[in-house]
Amino acid sequence: MLYGKNGRKDDLVVRGARVLDPVEGVDAVLDVRVDKGVIAGIGEGLDANGHRVVEGAGLVLAPAFVDPHVHLRVPGGEDEETIASGTEAAAAGGYCAILAMPNTDPVVDSAAVLGSLIEDAKTQAQVPVGFLAAITRGQDGAELTEMAELADQGAAGFTDDGRPVVAPALMRRALQYHGITGRRLALHCEEPTLSKGGQMHEGAVSAELGFTGYPSVAESLMVERDLSLAAYEEAPLHLLHLSARESVDALRAAQAKGVQATAEVTPHHLCLTDDAVRSLDSNVKMNPPLRSADDRAALVEGLRDGTIGSVATDHAPHARHEKEVPFEAAPFGVTGLETAFGALYTHLVDPGLIPLETLLERMSAGPARAYGLEPPRVAVGAQANLVLLDTEAAWRVEEKGFRSRSANSWLLGQTLRGQVRLTVAAGKVVHG
Amino acid sequence: MGEIHVMREGYLPPKQPPRRHLISIGDLEREDVERLLATAKSFSRSLEREVKKLPTLRGRTVVNVFYESSTRTSSSFELAAKRLSADTMSIKAAGSSVDKGESLKDTALTLGAYDPDVIVIRHPQIGAPELVARYTDAHVVNAGDGKHQHPTQALLDLYTIQDELGRIEGVHVAIVGDVLHSRVARSNVQALALMGAKVTLVGPPPLIPRGIEAMGCEVSHEIGAIADADVVYVLRMQRERMAEGANYVPSLREYTERWGVTPERVRPGQKVMHPGPMNRGVEIDPRVADASEALIEAQVRAGLVVRMAVLYDLLTTGPVPVEAAEPLEVA
Repeated sequence: MLYGKNGRKDDLVVRGARVLDPVEGVDAVLDVRVDKGVIAGIGEGLDANGHRVVEGAGLVLAPAFVDPHVHLRVPGGEDEETIASGTEAAAAGGYCAILAMPNTDPVVDSAAVLGSLIEDAKTQAQVPVGFLAAITRGQDGAELTEMAELADQGAAGFTDDGRPVVAPALMRRALQYHGITGRRLALHCEEPTLSKGGQMHEGAVSAELGFTGYPSVAESLMVERDLSLAAYEEAPLHLLHLSARESVDALRAAQAKGVQATAEVTPHHLCLTDDAVRSLDSNVKMNPPLRSADDRAALVEGLRDGTIGSVATDHAPHARHEKEVPFEAAPFGVTGLETAFGALYTHLVDPGLIPLETLLERMSAGPARAYGLEPPRVAVGAQANLVLLDTEAAWRVEEKGFRSRSANSWLLGQTLRGQVRLTVAAGKVVHG
Repeated sequence: MGEIHVMREGYLPPKQPPRRHLISIGDLEREDVERLLATAKSFSRSLEREVKKLPTLRGRTVVNVFYESSTRTSSSFELAAKRLSADTMSIKAAGSSVDKGESLKDTALTLGAYDPDVIVIRHPQIGAPELVARYTDAHVVNAGDGKHQHPTQALLDLYTIQDELGRIEGVHVAIVGDVLHSRVARSNVQALALMGAKVTLVGPPPLIPRGIEAMGCEVSHEIGAIADADVVYVLRMQRERMAEGANYVPSLREYTERWGVTPERVRPGQKVMHPGPMNRGVEIDPRVADASEALIEAQVRAGLVVRMAVLYDLLTTGPVPVEAAEPLEVA
């Protein structure tokens, strides 16, 4: 389900880093040796064997990240991102695997489109990519795609991301098809008549600024519906980019009743509130919108207690001219691959809202499990998927530093703490 | 888990150049408003003279860019600039390169190339004036951006209230009607609160935005709530903004029945204001609009002197003497 460039596997020794793998239960200063892309030794004073040696003193070595929600914009939006540029950005952000969304032009709704993306990934992807296919043809919400064939072709999951599956009966059929495909359905929960025309969260800030509100209930109503359908069909589902307290509450209650539901949250929803929209900066316009301080608190708590198991960037590149317009005219979406760790370390870990171990788990094993992928591990015999993090380094987010083809980041000009020094993906050093 | 108060460094908005603009009432402090109103008052005296033109802004250029139709705002900005001897240029979206799909950024860069001192902009989208401010060196005056702000309207309303009632502080203003779609209401709530007036918003629930009390006003859904007010400020029912089937109100008939400002609902001595253009017979009864308590024409007159004061204030530095117009006229 993951596709990337084949080729060399690297030899490497990372010496004296704090090895931190919450899944394996490792937290100690150790050396890690990689032979031909496979972790061959973890211990003290390992022989370098002539490998490249990376000095890890004062740094954290962890399982590399998995991003379950990336817009690579291909086919159709190559001016904004490509498989090559998007996976380079992923490598710089510490990711060893990413999942790409199918709301492209054309939509990934046929084996032919999916097949050509997989072929391109084999020659262009710096880090392995999984491609989700659409739930409905053209993401029109009318007819199911040929989900079984798409799964056979290698679809990593199914989603109409960017749009909800509006008709309950169609959503039910898609859940029934999970029994055939075995691949996760990922749902963008938005009740479109409630969110219509919405530019930002409905609340005191939208009332003051005059923007049409996109109320929390537009999300949570759909979350509740989809959880009810999943319970009825006993099928698993994954909730994309949660933003509202009511959604987290509904998810927690459903999980307690045994519904197999996973969910993700983005760095921007974890770090910002609708107050940021006062700037009228189009780089804080996203769907779902930034919500209240109370919603943000619920998302942080949901991530901390595991109700929300994954951090997803929802990396959504946009051309500069598309965002250099009045807020109301700008498209939704911000980039995030290259800033996710720094943003979350700075805004959540450093102030003590979430332990580093929890963040690392939610950025790696959490999303991998949600999609049935092998979680990256720091363990002898495992494929090397590693990230080396400098939690002391402060760096300024600047437009010219991005590997992504787009720079619509909400973090431009900010100084972040926490930097990715080295990324090893599928046994290959892809960054650092 | 309780509220999270920790947010390291916070969100840093894009840097604004250290130039003065009038984009939102939020850009102003109370003393700025007092200065502007005093300047406007001195201009009103100068306009009583036979020769109304002042040489104050000779050699300055004011560009008016209107992306939305407007009669009173565009004409009063143009006349205000001319009364101060500035060169003016007015651009309307229709018939300009905007029709050819030029982006607002490119239009701003093009206009900026002429080095205007002030760009006055009206645009249907929130945030358009900020964008123009980012890409030109001119002082930017917001003449209305979507549902966001219309600061000179609020200033002229303050001027009218002050002129009529002799004060703003402590005055109770009831704003009636479609607050949701009204930049006039937002600017006025902010401006009145800044000056210490009491504001009550009155209208049907779908037309009062959720959470607006945080701006420092009260909300009522009953028209009876206007009874205590010194001023009844009637908003236009913005039919052009009422999307088909949106069901903000079941019908205009029912709206008028419940929330229309009629002679029976207005107390003797209560002042009535309206930003125009009026829908007579919808939000306001013609008998109210034409009564002597109505300040609607006074608002229009105030629009001219207040906009003169705004242009003057942006283009001159330092404190403005209240009688500035007097010596300037003989220059």
